[in-house]
Amino acid sequence: MIRIAVMSGKGGTGKTTAVSSMAWYSQGLVLADCDVDAANLALTMNGRIRTKDDYNGALKAIIDPDLCVECGKCEDACVFGAISDFKVSDIHCEGCGACKIVCPAGAVRMELNKSGEIFVLDTDRGPMAYAELQPGESNSGKLVTIVRRLADDLAESDGLDTVLIDGPPGTGCPAIASITGVDLILAITEPSRSGEHDLLRLIELAQHFSIPICVAVNKWDLHPGMTREIEESCRNQGVRVVGRVPYDTHVNQSIKAMRPLPSMFPSSQAALEFHRIWKEVCARATARKGSGMILKLD
Amino acid sequence: MILAVASGKGGTGKTSVACALALALDRPMTFLDCDVEGANAHLFLRPELNVHQEVLVPYPVIDPHLCDACGKCVEECQFGAMVRLGKKVRLMANLCHGCGVCRLVCPKKAITMAGRPVGMVHSGTAGLMRFFCGELRTGEALSVPIIRKIKEQRDDLVIIDCPPGTSCPAVESVDGSDFALLITEPTPFGEHDLRGMITVCRRLEIPCGVVINRSSDDDGLIERLCATENVPVLMRIPFDRKVAETYAKGGSLLEAMPGIKDDLLNMFLEIRGLRR
Repeated sequence: MIRIAVMSGKGGTGKTTAVSSMAWYSQGLVLADCDVDAANLALTMNGRIRTKDDYNGALKAIIDPDLCVECGKCEDACVFGAISDFKVSDIHCEGCGACKIVCPAGAVRMELNKSGEIFVLDTDRGPMAYAELQPGESNSGKLVTIVRRLADDLAESDGLDTVLIDGPPGTGCPAIASITGVDLILAITEPSRSGEHDLLRLIELAQHFSIPICVAVNKWDLHPGMTREIEESCRNQGVRVVGRVPYDTHVNQSIKAMRPLPSMFPSSQAALEFHRIWKEVCARATARKGSGMILKLD
Repeated sequence: MILAVASGKGGTGKTSVACALALALDRPMTFLDCDVEGANAHLFLRPELNVHQEVLVPYPVIDPHLCDACGKCVEECQFGAMVRLGKKVRLMANLCHGCGVCRLVCPKKAITMAGRPVGMVHSGTAGLMRFFCGELRTGEALSVPIIRKIKEQRDDLVIIDCPPGTSCPAVESVDGSDFALLITEPTPFGEHDLRGMITVCRRLEIPCGVVINRSSDDDGLIERLCATENVPVLMRIPFDRKVAETYAKGGSLLEAMPGIKDDLLNMFLEIRGLRR
């Protein structure tokens, strides 16, 4: 099985567009949307729901006011500042249970609450795993790991050998969970100072975990000079640039129509370039299969 | 007033709007860049960063002479950060949230808490502005402690450039603000993620308003959501290729569209009336 993660560092550079376009050119693969706090891939893939499950990831403390002796020990023990006036703030509680341990009156109990939903869709190109974390909930890294496992299981059960991951922005918890154990990262960037800055952070992260990474510059012709500068930075880091996608107004039209770009505009410049990039990325991922370090995040 | 600029979806123009607003106001204030996984505001505001402070988070240190690997801490750690390997317990530092439960439950008192660096806060000035931004150390998972450190700053006017998403880092950044300015774009993606961010603001009881970036004659999707949710659309920034080109070089929105200054100042006055 090969696993490819599409990442970016900076948000809004075109990860989801790249994933839905590349998937269109594949004969059969498993998709995984790992941007669990802003999951958008399902909006373009038009799948039918195969399964839907609750994600009970939020362990929260509850203080029973009848038992509470108002000693304040829980408030002192909570490093997240989630307790004040002997009440727990839902949105700040991380469920560590320190308050329960220090409570002399046994007034604190922990409850597992629903904090999201996990879906499997059947799309035209294969099954897709994704999750929607409820707005304001924590533990997104853990949910990403669950989506990843689900995608691996789907690949096995459906006899498919490629998992394509639509990753979150950033370099923190959900990003790390998304790239753990993949064979190749495709970084989508844009020709801007911000795009370059965040790309370099992502490259650093990939190298930190010894995961191979390659880069495509999206909307490259919005600033050809900046594109060349980014490509130069990549070369200096020993990172290969696998493609340049032109700015193409068809992309925005396809997003608004909620369809993959190549399904509407198969001969558009951007679609053709995504096709070329997909072929190269698959070849590189297959060549490098298993070279990424495996880290368990659960 | 504390004004948070947030979005849900990434790349909608949070940093562009936050920086342009700060530059348009051109008065003493504090600017906090809380997107510690991809801090970019310094590229536009170009502050002189001369103070660099390390951020430490508490983490458990296990005394190997006292620990008898009973596994109580492994059992109680909700984040899977304690692992028993034979006769030893080891910390997976990456997963540790620093809650201290392991120390509380250890029957041998083998655990003490120490500080572990997870990133930096850089600060300095840009014109009349005090500027703070954070940087998550490569390979570290938790950005919240750095955001919390940045947010210790107080001022009569604070503008916060928030990270994307709707989970912990975004919540921590927006929390405690008097108003949240939500930047979106008129696409189904923008609408979906804006919906999430409006819910976060509701849960935190923070009034919010929307800026539609890359606006066209096709903003209906966002307008309908805002009408249903009763959230005002405060400003529209038309799509203009010149904006993208100026932005690429690190030029601000004000350079690309000088006329926008008055719109930003008017919006700021409106926000003053809407804030908590």
